Amino acid sequence: MPEINTHIDESMLDGITRLVTEDAIEGKTMLLNMGPQHPSTHGVLRLLLELDGEFVVNVIPDIGFLHTGVEKHMEYKTFEKAVVMTDRLDYLNNIGNNLVYCLAVEKLVDLDVPPRAQAIRVILTELQRISSHLVWLGTHALDLAAMSVFLYCFREREMILDIMEMCSGQRMMTSYFRPGGLWRDVPIEFEDAVRQFLRIFPARIDEYEALLTKNPLFLERTQHVGVLKAEDAIRWGVTGPSLRASGVAHDLRKVRPYSGYEQYDFDIPTHTDGDTYARYLVRMEEMRQSLRIVQQALDKLPYGPTRSNNRKFVPPPRSELGHSMEAVIHHFKLFTEGFPAPKGAVYVAVESPRGELGVYLEGDGGPKPYRIHWRTPSFANLQVLKLLAKGHLVADLVALIGTIDIVLGDIDR
Amino acid sequence: MGVEQKLGNMGIVTAKLEDVVNWARTKAMWPMLFGLACCAIEMMAAQAANYDMSRFGMELMRASPRQSDLMIVAGRVSRKMAPVLRRLYDQMPDPKWVIAMGDCSSCGGVFNNYAIVPGVDEVVPVDVYVAGCPPRPEGLIHGILTLHEKVRNQKLRDWA
Amino acid sequence: MGEHIDKTVKALVERFDASIEEFRGEVSVFLQPDQIVAACTLLRDEFDFEMLEDETAVDYWPEETPRFHVIYHLYSYKHNERIRLRVPLNGNNPSLPTIEGVYPNANWYEREVYDMFGINYEGHSDLRRILMPHDWEGHPLRKDYPLGHEEIMFTFNFDEINARKRYAKE
Repeated sequence: MPEINTHIDESMLDGITRLVTEDAIEGKTMLLNMGPQHPSTHGVLRLLLELDGEFVVNVIPDIGFLHTGVEKHMEYKTFEKAVVMTDRLDYLNNIGNNLVYCLAVEKLVDLDVPPRAQAIRVILTELQRISSHLVWLGTHALDLAAMSVFLYCFREREMILDIMEMCSGQRMMTSYFRPGGLWRDVPIEFEDAVRQFLRIFPARIDEYEALLTKNPLFLERTQHVGVLKAEDAIRWGVTGPSLRASGVAHDLRKVRPYSGYEQYDFDIPTHTDGDTYARYLVRMEEMRQSLRIVQQALDKLPYGPTRSNNRKFVPPPRSELGHSMEAVIHHFKLFTEGFPAPKGAVYVAVESPRGELGVYLEGDGGPKPYRIHWRTPSFANLQVLKLLAKGHLVADLVALIGTIDIVLGDIDR
Repeated sequence: MGVEQKLGNMGIVTAKLEDVVNWARTKAMWPMLFGLACCAIEMMAAQAANYDMSRFGMELMRASPRQSDLMIVAGRVSRKMAPVLRRLYDQMPDPKWVIAMGDCSSCGGVFNNYAIVPGVDEVVPVDVYVAGCPPRPEGLIHGILTLHEKVRNQKLRDWA
Repeated sequence: MGEHIDKTVKALVERFDASIEEFRGEVSVFLQPDQIVAACTLLRDEFDFEMLEDETAVDYWPEETPRFHVIYHLYSYKHNERIRLRVPLNGNNPSLPTIEGVYPNANWYEREVYDMFGINYEGHSDLRRILMPHDWEGHPLRKDYPLGHEEIMFTFNFDEINARKRYAKE
């Protein structure tokens, strides 16, 4: 292992000088370093700003301060064990990461998932979407100096985390979805807890809207700030709410349904302005749509197994281990060497709260992923910050970082 | 604290300087607003209404290291981040304390690989380790109370 | 495979003499490094693949010819179709032309591939490391790069590891 470097090397700035304009080198414009430790960068994002007075001329993001080596590390784990790594990528959307990884593995080895497991996956993914949007809303409003919204948002988020904990035993890093279904069935209190959340939450969204939607200070900070045109969004690969706020009604849950999303009736909220306020409105409406999906999925939640019955890929239930030798063998094989995946590559994408979350998974006939690549939405969306910020004030940059809803674990992987 | 009951008629209380200073230090410890990864979200949850860290005099998170005296390393520290973390620590005024929150900053956690520092104690000296991936807000609060315990027991001769 | 993707793949095979591979309903088109810019331009302009979804690479070490595959995922909003292009590259220090001119968001993806695999992009506007520190040696996602784990402490080896661990000072 190389020694840990604890000194900042100032020479790293030399490589960046050619990215700034002539004015910066002559001293007409100012170079300002923002981050990695800055409260509004939502983690450890570093931005090198070129400023003309208070106006932003250029933004040079420097990422990688949270590079975790997840892709490399997953190559060293079996398909089942690698699930724990997925949680920690986009730590506001753990369930969604579990989901896309499991879908990729299921596609690679051609594994079916029972309908009950699919419905529970949808419920939890949508709850997670709400919880992720709540963190976004809280921190975004906090950045724009509306402190109390943060406290309200985290109050409701706790309810969702309690449901997660009830299912999986963990608040955030659930690892609840496994290739072939779920780790186990949901507990009996699950339905009541979700119903209670459904009963309470619509009024709470109105509460947040009452605080922000017509708040003149909030409007002043968000309207006409960071306008993103639809063609720019597509050219730069922006997905998710940011794309929909620019007027493109594209949602992978609708256009390429997975996990049975085609059974549920919901709308894709869009907006045409493409500014920070439009993105706010789209996300608020998305929370309401997520509630609709949860309601429908819960109403017709089927009974039955929550794991595939294919014993070559899914461990047998514990009750069988006592009397079936075959079950013991399968159990042993799966937990010691894992299941083999055929040679080939698949790409699966789902709609995460931030946009298109894709997994490129390649198998080589062995029990471990030969190569896994995460196409993460924040990584793609952050590139567009340069476009958004040009000509705005430094103070608006704070709103812009919040509005594209980046998660650094998602960017740096 | 109940100081007013001990004041008596004179309005004077006698105590050891050591105790008074340590008491003052624990009751207004300003943590640095510095989140790295997943644990930062739980740190935010600990600040929010349900867990309310301000009960322990810690509602004020300072974004500047110059104004803070507790660094909560909330999340995994990558090798690229290590020099930045060290500089932030060096910028904090004495006396200062460090809590390694979560498995990743305590020992590397599940990420035992090329990119992550295996334990932040190789970069900055750590006072309290909080286990969990991520620790619940209660876990963090317990870690903070443990740190308060440590601070309360510091001796005058160690200050210098 | 949909109708549009059939048409696209046929055109690519005809014009670039590409070979194709299909797995689980996903089609991969194999192209040569010097064809990639022309192929992407064609796909964007004539077949409505407006977005570069993803660009990455795979290392097949110890195989040398080809050692790397660079993989592009393109997506068409109009037809709701996805296509995968694979470019095999020989040798340990390969290079290929950048597609930044066709899809501007390739910039960061190519920097990431350069950082993680050491594949050079000719004509890239800003080819620096993106995730690792700028003075890092080696390219982590190559298969001959070790994972670099540290020995785990147990009771029996605690003293030994503890003694050589470099704890930080005040």
